[in-house]
Amino acid sequence: MAPHDEDVIGKAYDSRLMRRLLTYLVPYRGQVALAIAAIVTNAVLQLAPPFLTRIVIDQAIPARDLSSLGVVAALYLGATVLSFLLEFAQTWTMQIIGQRVMFDLRMAVFGHLQRLDLRFYDRNPVGRLMTRVTSDVDVLNELFTAGVVSVFGDVFTLVGIMAMLVWMDWRLALVAFSVLPLIVLVTQWFRRHVRESYREVRAWIARINAFLQERISGMATVQLFRREARDLMAFDDINRAHRNANLDSIFYYAVFYPAIELVSALAAALLLWVGGGWVLRDALTLGSLVAFLQYSQRFFRPISDLSEKFNVLQGAMASSERIFTLLDTPVEIASPPGGAPARRGAIRFEHVTFAYVPGEPVLKDISFEVQPGQRIGIVGATGSGKTTLMNLLLRFYDVQDGRITIDGQDIRTLDLASLRAQFGLVLQDVHLFSGTIAGNVRLGHREISDEAIRRAVDAVHAGPFIDRLPGGLDAPVAERGSTLSVGQKQLLSFARALAADPPVLVLDEATSSVDTETEILIRDALRVLMAGRTTLAIAHRLSTIQDMDAILVLHKGELREQGTHQQLLAQRGIYRRLFELQFASGREAVVQTPA
Amino acid sequence: MSPARRLLEHLVPYRRAYVKGFLGVVAATALQLAAPWVTKYAIDDLVADLTAAKLWGYAGGILGLAAVGGWFRFLNRRAIVGVSREFEYSLRNEFFAHLQRLDLEYFQRTRTGDLMSRATNDLTAVRMLMGPAVLYTSSTVLTFVVAMALMISIDPWLTLAALVPLPCVSFFVHYFGKRIHDRFEQIQAQLSTVSAVTQESLAGVRVVRAYRQEPFELERFRDANAEYVRRNRGLIALQAMYFPSMGLLMGIGALLVLWLGSREVLRGRITIGELVAFNAYLAMLAWPMIAFGWVTNLWQRGMASWKRMLEVLDVEPAVSDAHATADAPVSGAIRGDVEFRHLTFGFGGDPVLKDVSVSIPAGTTTAIVGGTGAGKSTLLSLLARLYDPPAGTVFVDGHDVRHLPLRVLRGAVGFVPQELFLFSATIADNITLGEPAPQAGVARWPRERVEAAAATARLDADLESFPQGYQTIVGERGITLSGGQKQRTALARALATDPRILVLDDTLSAVDTHTEEEILGRLRGVMRERTSILVSHRVSTVRGADQILVLDDGRVVERGTHDELLRLGGHYAALARHQQLEDELAAIS
Repeated sequence: MAPHDEDVIGKAYDSRLMRRLLTYLVPYRGQVALAIAAIVTNAVLQLAPPFLTRIVIDQAIPARDLSSLGVVAALYLGATVLSFLLEFAQTWTMQIIGQRVMFDLRMAVFGHLQRLDLRFYDRNPVGRLMTRVTSDVDVLNELFTAGVVSVFGDVFTLVGIMAMLVWMDWRLALVAFSVLPLIVLVTQWFRRHVRESYREVRAWIARINAFLQERISGMATVQLFRREARDLMAFDDINRAHRNANLDSIFYYAVFYPAIELVSALAAALLLWVGGGWVLRDALTLGSLVAFLQYSQRFFRPISDLSEKFNVLQGAMASSERIFTLLDTPVEIASPPGGAPARRGAIRFEHVTFAYVPGEPVLKDISFEVQPGQRIGIVGATGSGKTTLMNLLLRFYDVQDGRITIDGQDIRTLDLASLRAQFGLVLQDVHLFSGTIAGNVRLGHREISDEAIRRAVDAVHAGPFIDRLPGGLDAPVAERGSTLSVGQKQLLSFARALAADPPVLVLDEATSSVDTETEILIRDALRVLMAGRTTLAIAHRLSTIQDMDAILVLHKGELREQGTHQQLLAQRGIYRRLFELQFASGREAVVQTPA
Repeated sequence: MSPARRLLEHLVPYRRAYVKGFLGVVAATALQLAAPWVTKYAIDDLVADLTAAKLWGYAGGILGLAAVGGWFRFLNRRAIVGVSREFEYSLRNEFFAHLQRLDLEYFQRTRTGDLMSRATNDLTAVRMLMGPAVLYTSSTVLTFVVAMALMISIDPWLTLAALVPLPCVSFFVHYFGKRIHDRFEQIQAQLSTVSAVTQESLAGVRVVRAYRQEPFELERFRDANAEYVRRNRGLIALQAMYFPSMGLLMGIGALLVLWLGSREVLRGRITIGELVAFNAYLAMLAWPMIAFGWVTNLWQRGMASWKRMLEVLDVEPAVSDAHATADAPVSGAIRGDVEFRHLTFGFGGDPVLKDVSVSIPAGTTTAIVGGTGAGKSTLLSLLARLYDPPAGTVFVDGHDVRHLPLRVLRGAVGFVPQELFLFSATIADNITLGEPAPQAGVARWPRERVEAAAATARLDADLESFPQGYQTIVGERGITLSGGQKQRTALARALATDPRILVLDDTLSAVDTHTEEEILGRLRGVMRERTSILVSHRVSTVRGADQILVLDDGRVVERGTHDELLRLGGHYAALARHQQLEDELAAIS
């Protein structure tokens, strides 16, 4: 098994990504400037202690001058206190900026997800998208708080130290710098390997999450089929691969830090040997040598810090790459600047062809027309394309050929929200949101009054069961509505459609999950609901659509017959066959047990 | 037992690696601390005007110490951080295995996003505790103790002066540590909420789109997101104070050393070399002091997360083998007699089932009809112990189902739930869901077994139409199956387990009439050999059953064969009459 997604991982530093990330800082540029000023000043202040030490050793002590010692001490104190204030200001500002940027990014990602079309959701598991909104953004947060800031600080400290060394003694500075190529080599080696193993780790963690997510959702099924042991083995495989990838990366880290320290010791040894020789020949003061040693220590700390940040940077680049890829995913079904339909509910399909997978058309050259207020039934065998018809009408997907019009306008030219406001959709799998019963009927439309909700609920006969719940309409609904029965959820989805009061009603296999008794009640409610509305109903039970104004018969993606129930029966075609089969199965005892 | 104790117990298997790591830390720290001592000799020698040849020795000494110290550092890092990954791996397995034992009710009242958050974010925090936190704590404490001892050996009074700020440091650590911990817990809890809101909105994308809920969902998300930021701000204020104040205190210590130390040098009580070494040690102390705060943070976060994980790990599965008896039948020995005896059951409020008594002899077919919320699905769920029934109410082969090991009971029941769940895997994987784990002596299911099940469920034709056949991936990563195709896949899955008791909960509701007729025809042969319980809404489906139960508001209000119930003239007869009228009406051309 190889990691098959999350493979997109860029360089550790990608200027294109970085520039784009920085644009998120633009709204907060004032605070960023403040933080950077604090960082730079603080970096300069870091140069003070060794320098002051040099003054003490070379001047104050040989001169036995206690007063200048006092001055040095006062300067030292000043630098320390100032550094404290600057660090506080910088940490606080940067982290607050980080939080704000995270907030903005999360909103951008979530907002974009709200615009992306169904095709995108078909391709991307929910677990993966969750990672974008939560963990990927969190990784970026580290970049803003710990990473970028200390990189700035580190770079300034480095430059400052180098300048200081050259100023004190350029020859000895060259000695100190002579180990730099080694640092570069070690860092290069580290970077190359860590990038590789980091990619692996990310890919496996994504698989772990996807697996967990799905198993938690389907745990009852897992348990019913005693799949626990096998699932645990499968999980163990992914988990183990993740661990191994991590162990690889630990190796590189474990080598890297000591290697940097070794190089730093090499520099100290060189300074002591060369500089010590010069001190002996009075070519260098003792204070300068001590200051050199102290600076060189501080010189390598930022470098090894930089590599620590490299880790953060690498993670951030990978995460931002993924976030931006998501943000860049074009919204294939965007809302055009067009207007709203006339709310009459006239629908026309003109030579509509559509395929989910290229080359495997699900609908072929479908044409039909629905007058305002007309009730249309759609029948056909499983997989004949009925649901797809609905998906296209609501622009969950766009037609590949032909066009669909509502009230004479191509739906692709209409404002998307206004278009969808034409439809009340009732799906077979009812999705409920955690919140209250009323909230699930209202679905965020505040313009729907409490009375309207009450009326809708009563009209679909959901009133009695809701009133039995503690709190009635305000009764809490658990995640996925797991405390309600399928039938109850179905009733709620009817109330939803009714409360929205759309000109067109779209029922997708809506009645098939409800038992006959409830169906009798609902049919009554539907009659009220359908009055004055165009209705498109997909049904497997032919009985539920017989009194429709027209019935469309889909077969293998083609519209083969259309007409009223009587006309279609007389036609003796597919519909008649479907009908006879159902009729026959109604007469024959279909469940027979041995005599 | 306290959470900390339990964490320690989890570490027992890794004690060798930890010991190895600690020894490495000791060696590396000792070598690191030796370096300034070498510098001290070197500088004092320089002041005393010694030979250049000796400088060679000092330079070589520094390099040698770094090389050997680096080797130990490599070893301890690998050992301790490596162990934390091993620990993470086994805790993740343990967590998942525990989830597998929890009952349906638990998953219904717990948000998936919340569980995910504990399995990912919290696990990471615990791992950081076991690896980096342990590593840095041990090296920090060691550096602190040894550096202090060396400093005292140079000049006790100077050491005392340098340590004046120390009581403040421990006060800071204590004060901030507690508050950081509390705020971190609140932040983690809110992160769970953010995840849950996202999850819900993304999973219900069709409804969100169709009802133009996008602005509302965005608002809901913004609220959760803003609250997350708000809680983080509280933590930031603390952290921004915390680390710099450590730096300030240490800076004051360094200042005192430079000032007082120089005077000591002037008085001739210590050498310049000793002052430089002292300074170097103090600088080494600064890092532990600052790291102390960071490490405390790791500990606080880690313990908070560990408690959150324990909250899940400590949930006792409501359905388990706790009551399993020794005389219970073994797998495969179930005949299939099912009995419900005065079963009353509910989820806290009104009972969903009230005094239900039914006997279903092995090999017979029982059908259940009834209105929405009548308790049909609950009754079936109790048989498979998705929820546990009260003692002495549900029996299989005369054994209380609570006394049967779950493995035996569920192995005998082929269940197709109304709300079925397919995994994003191939169709073949979905059908073979019930195949036992591969082990020696147990043959894998032959291909014919899967094909036969698929054929009975009338999935064969669909499979032929898919280019990849059985290897077609379904779900989020693959193709979208229609409702009927999903139901038939789930049916094939149940049939493939060759169950003694076949339970179909409105399984063919989304299957069109023509296909349903074919499936029922093929099922006849299968059902002849098994106990079958089926819930349906259609008289045509249930009329041939040996007994039909009518459930209404949790009670069995009618029972008998189709003919008996028709004669009774009650609910069932009304239902049948209605459907018959419908059919007759439909028959008029």
